[in-house]
Amino acid sequence: MNFELSDEQQLLADTTREVLSAGYDTEKRNKVIDSDLGWSREVWGQLAEIGILGLGFDEDSGPTEVMVVMTEIGRRLAPEPVAAAALVPGAVIAAHGSAEQRALLDEVAAGERLLAFAHTEPGRRGSDELATRATEQGGGWTVSGHKNPVLAGDCADTLIVTAALPGGGAGMFLVDASGGGTAVTRHGYRTFDGLRGADVVLDGAAAEPLGAGGDAAEAIEAAVIRFQSALCSEAVGAMGESLRLTTDYLKTRKQFGVPLKTFQTLTQRAADMYVSLELARSMSYYLGVSVADGRFDHLVAARAKLQIGRSGKHIAEESIQLHGGIGVTAEYPIAHYAARLTAIEQTFGSSTDQLRYLVSQVGGYGTATL
Amino acid sequence: MRLALDDADLAFRDELRDFFSSKIPADIRERARNEDLRYPDDLITAQRILNEAGLAVPNWPVEWGGKDWTPLQRQIWAEELRLASVPEPLAFNAGMVGPVIAQFGSQELKQRFLPPTANLDIWWCQGFSEPEAGSDLASLRTTAVRDGDHYVINGQKTWTTLGQFADWIFLLARTDPDAPKKQAGISFILAEMSTPGITVRPIKLIDGSYEVNEVWFEDVRVPADQLVGEENAGWSYAKFLLSNERSGIARVGTTKVWLTEVKERAAKTALGSGTLMDDPLFAARVAEVENELLALELTQLRVSGDEAGGKPNPASSILKLRGTQLQQAVTDLLVEVAGPDSLPFDAGPGVDSPTWAQHAAPRYLNFRKASIYGGSNEVQRTIISSTILGL
Repeated sequence: MNFELSDEQQLLADTTREVLSAGYDTEKRNKVIDSDLGWSREVWGQLAEIGILGLGFDEDSGPTEVMVVMTEIGRRLAPEPVAAAALVPGAVIAAHGSAEQRALLDEVAAGERLLAFAHTEPGRRGSDELATRATEQGGGWTVSGHKNPVLAGDCADTLIVTAALPGGGAGMFLVDASGGGTAVTRHGYRTFDGLRGADVVLDGAAAEPLGAGGDAAEAIEAAVIRFQSALCSEAVGAMGESLRLTTDYLKTRKQFGVPLKTFQTLTQRAADMYVSLELARSMSYYLGVSVADGRFDHLVAARAKLQIGRSGKHIAEESIQLHGGIGVTAEYPIAHYAARLTAIEQTFGSSTDQLRYLVSQVGGYGTATL
Repeated sequence: MRLALDDADLAFRDELRDFFSSKIPADIRERARNEDLRYPDDLITAQRILNEAGLAVPNWPVEWGGKDWTPLQRQIWAEELRLASVPEPLAFNAGMVGPVIAQFGSQELKQRFLPPTANLDIWWCQGFSEPEAGSDLASLRTTAVRDGDHYVINGQKTWTTLGQFADWIFLLARTDPDAPKKQAGISFILAEMSTPGITVRPIKLIDGSYEVNEVWFEDVRVPADQLVGEENAGWSYAKFLLSNERSGIARVGTTKVWLTEVKERAAKTALGSGTLMDDPLFAARVAEVENELLALELTQLRVSGDEAGGKPNPASSILKLRGTQLQQAVTDLLVEVAGPDSLPFDAGPGVDSPTWAQHAAPRYLNFRKASIYGGSNEVQRTIISSTILGL
């Protein structure tokens, strides 16, 4: 058992941090998230250059490296859709795609092709059943249905679409996002935390089964868990930076003629934030290592995401409160972290959703073991 | 990064698991599980069996009976002990005074005290807190004045846990009242409880139990060779001791055993047409506590992994803080399971409420202590905010 990063993984963290630190401060980030695209092609190119966008696509790196990078993304609050448009759907193609499909990953790693995982459907909370249908005709497949929200769906070149199969079960398909005519209708939007997503309506869109095709229910669950793990790591980075900014603020901001850190009512709360952060970090590792071992366990993912949701909310809310009024402004970074943490909680299952799953399982075993 | 135990650690765990379940008498473990141990006999029996097998004081230096284990192995030992409901080696001996003597005591003190301390031939109690020195321990007023070959001790200690069984007490006393800082004039002294001038008075707790005492010192003459380490350096030994105490208080394994009990009993408790465990409101509370316990267990493994060179990791404050909160949460859940059956207390035969249910609320009330002792949770937050966050 060990919780250490290897030298290479530590180097990867440092390099990612350097690139992103050079790319962003709050002012620059605000400009970028207000642009049409919502993120920077230039930064994207740099990430491609240092190999970030291809992590986990081959034997040289895997989920642990993804975890390391996502923590840095969270720390800098980088708006680039590294997980949504590259690493998560890329890993799905790497794991399940045909040789020809996997060849697309070279373009993804080079930053030239953007992907998106089109899975979530409106009005289907708490259900594994998909309303999107796949149909086979004349040796080819089409998909029809409604997906929303699709993170990075606004800019993606290729969608991984989940759809119910005619004979039962659920499949995964690659769909050209530019579609033809009315086959793919996309309404891109900005999410409340400044990122991008899309509402996607598929109407007989030409679809290519991922890999050998057929029932992919397990692979779909694994894809969701990969996404959850990436989000958990990102949240840990965001929480760590929120706490750092908050403690810095308590040291420097003066009221009543003394620094805020003079007031124990504030420092005691900062200590509780630290506890929340470390518990979240532990659970994020728990999920990340499980994924790295090839175990895509719904229970482990629910446990991790519940803790991340609880800790994230605690740290987001307290960070703002301990800052005071400036904590709610857009010019200062802290509220942006709170927004991102709030969004993460609502992405691929809220804390309540995770708890609901845990409750459904809780009578089935004695006590949770690692 | 790797979370699973490797084969060697698994074998290590299985060996301990087997030893604890086969060598420690089942009736003692059953009583431990029900918080109904016979003092002092059950503790002495268990500790001597452990000590004979070299398993009582693994955290001590090897030459005094310790083990050259990795932090992870120590963690496994502690957790397996708790999961098997083996009474833990007496904390005052194994976790507190033993390591202090081994680290700071003279060779003579080590030879005199360490073997009987490991074997629980001597039962130690802790003389730290005073009526006017609780969380602010350094304000203690008990004095030790050098008089020839002796110290003469006067003062009062309190919250002396299990002092009624103790043969010896280790105490902090002020040896230099003029020291520039109140921390600087304190010494760490050992005294036999039978020394003339020592009086013990019990303090009854809200659950009816008798586990803590007040201890008075009135012109108590203690041989000067029972000073540990340097005179006036006792505060640094006390800090060393307290950080060891902090890590031990989390007791994740024990909380797990209790949570299992909560789940088992809730699954047998009728509620409407089903059981309490079927109730989503109650099940959500259980699931949430269980998840928090898992997060703490993982954090404990991370923290223990980097406690190098005996330097306590300030993150051990997380363990004390969160560990005690979860102990309290689980004792609260058991009261919820007991419901109206929690109301009778030691009601004797003819009363339908089961014993565990009658003990649930007193235990809940008793465990309010956990967030107070070992450095109150507010003190732990102060350690975190000052030492880790730099506030």
